[in-house]
Amino acid sequence: MLRLLRRLGRPLGKVIEQLGRIAAFTGHILAVTVHPPLRLREFVDEVFKAGVLSILIICVSGMAVGMVLGLQGYNTLVRFGAENSLGAVVGLSLIREMGPVLTALLTTGRAGSAVTAEIGAMKATEQLDGLRMMAVDPIDYVIRPKAWAMVVAMPLLSALFIVAGIAGGYLVGVVLMGIDSGTFLSSLENAVDFDDDVAGSILKSVIFGTLVGLISTYRGYSATPTSAGVSAATTSTVVLASVSVLIFDYFITALWRV
Amino acid sequence: MAYGSRAVLRGVSCAFPPGTISVVLGGSGSGKSTILKLVGGLLRAQAGQVVVGGRDITSLSESQLYGVRRRLGMMFQNGALLDSLSVLENLSFPLREHSRLTRDQIKTRVHERLAAVGLEDVDDLMPRELSGGMVKRVALARALMQDPEILLVDEPFSGLDPLSTKLIEALLVRINRTRGMTMIVVSHHIPSTMRMAGHVVLLLPGSVVQGDPAALRSSEDARVRRFLTEDTDASEQILAHTHEFEAGEHAPVRRGGA
Amino acid sequence: MNASPTRDFFVGLFVLAGLLALAYMSFSIGNLQYKGTGGLQVFATFDQIAGLKPKAPVEIAGVKVGQVIGISLDDTYRARVDLDLDKDLQLPIDSSAAIVTAGLLGDRYIQLTPGAEETFLQPGEQIAYTESALVMERLIGKFLVNVDDKPEEKADKPAAHDP
Repeated sequence: MLRLLRRLGRPLGKVIEQLGRIAAFTGHILAVTVHPPLRLREFVDEVFKAGVLSILIICVSGMAVGMVLGLQGYNTLVRFGAENSLGAVVGLSLIREMGPVLTALLTTGRAGSAVTAEIGAMKATEQLDGLRMMAVDPIDYVIRPKAWAMVVAMPLLSALFIVAGIAGGYLVGVVLMGIDSGTFLSSLENAVDFDDDVAGSILKSVIFGTLVGLISTYRGYSATPTSAGVSAATTSTVVLASVSVLIFDYFITALWRV
Repeated sequence: MAYGSRAVLRGVSCAFPPGTISVVLGGSGSGKSTILKLVGGLLRAQAGQVVVGGRDITSLSESQLYGVRRRLGMMFQNGALLDSLSVLENLSFPLREHSRLTRDQIKTRVHERLAAVGLEDVDDLMPRELSGGMVKRVALARALMQDPEILLVDEPFSGLDPLSTKLIEALLVRINRTRGMTMIVVSHHIPSTMRMAGHVVLLLPGSVVQGDPAALRSSEDARVRRFLTEDTDASEQILAHTHEFEAGEHAPVRRGGA
Repeated sequence: MNASPTRDFFVGLFVLAGLLALAYMSFSIGNLQYKGTGGLQVFATFDQIAGLKPKAPVEIAGVKVGQVIGISLDDTYRARVDLDLDKDLQLPIDSSAAIVTAGLLGDRYIQLTPGAEETFLQPGEQIAYTESALVMERLIGKFLVNVDDKPEEKADKPAAHDP
């Protein structure tokens, strides 16, 4: 028993140490954020990389998920003669869970890994040291725009995912299965409430954006400056960000009932 | 010694006289680059002190170090140019960060510096489009953008053909002569060292031998003579262990070479 | 520096599209707009509200004109329901409010039936005439009791008079 505790204790200590470092890292980002210059140019470039380049995968995935939800929902609901509630099923699933979570997972794979790899490569090629020698804080110039871009892009991507998903659900429910268009939409509109569902959805995606942004930049910044180190950091970003998104999702849902 | 710097490395002490090209020689793994990183504050000495321009930088915070680094320029081994920016943007970068010059003034100065290293019409090229020799020259130009008092140069000749080597060497010598700039060059290129150095610091296992090139060539120490004649390969055998060693204060010696 | 107009354009487009999607979610699906158009706050008391919840819609002839903003118990142990109605709604003082159910098992909402008086309800006033919610279980219970020769009514009566 004692041995078990000891065996658990060591990684636990490491986890706590890591958490402390991430907290200091976060504090550093916030500290440079309140200082001029604004670095709008770099921020816009990062929103392009994290957001614009993810639009296609987000919309296609959203559409596909919406269509599957429509089909599965219809097949289940029709047994109870409740297929008129399909709009509510599709809308609520997408807005409360699928949208924020799947968007975060997809963005982690698409953009978060790229952020880690880019920062890691910059470290390996001494670009971060180069910045420091030019008296420019790499956390200010490199990390900050990337982290914030993720925070800003995530809710926007999640909203696009949800709208694409609702379109997919509409396509299956109304066009393929022949539910009345007005029935589908009114079921959707009646079931979804701003305070209960939409606000929670936005809150989730902002928190997920923060998580993915912090983890991907931190992993890149703390990567071992070799090819193997950068590759390991990239993998770890995907694993760590995905797992923490899922864990946080549970707790946000439990605590705020969204 | 206004601009003189003094680096202490593994119980090893050496001084770099102002206004002189000092070359740090040593086999790979001997800590040559570490000396540069200590002077630039990129690494922290675990014990002892690093005095730059009469100020001990070991106790400075990272933000205080940025003040010191504005007086330093560093040319990294592989350039460390920001690969998302063009040559013009890379060279403008330090001035955009730290000066109030207008865009046109900056551009004029960039072109001056580029001309000084023998480059023109490279404004819009990206770092990946440059040859190895051009990268080194652009990196040199960037290190000079803010008119540093001390120039740190890491392996300026590595991976270059003999012609480019001579060119870079001539550039360094000219800059040193015209501006009286203190330079610390890390290299293992013996011939160019002997031509351009005013002061040589030879890192041997656990000991440091310093002096002007002529003095080193006629050194009593067999290891020194062997290092200088047989190039780096032979020295690898010497680099087996380290032990405490303290070298005495060294008088600055001036000498140019081409 | 590093200015790229096409890139900026796409970023702008992305942000615009994302905001539109958010707006669609919030206003069209999430019915956010009824928060803004309120202004006429009145209340009504009911004997039984049976599952009416805050933010339930208030309708006249099927048109949404406001929402429930608060439910509380008043001094006489009746349910006081506060309503937030559209500001420019002119509601005669003899209008009545009823709690009805959307469909058989659907959510409850409030249906207003306008009266005929010439004077209109002012903010803070009470809708005098109300019709309470029908409680489905009670209806079914009554129906069953009638069928089963009222055995439960007998059991109920002594219990009710006991203390």
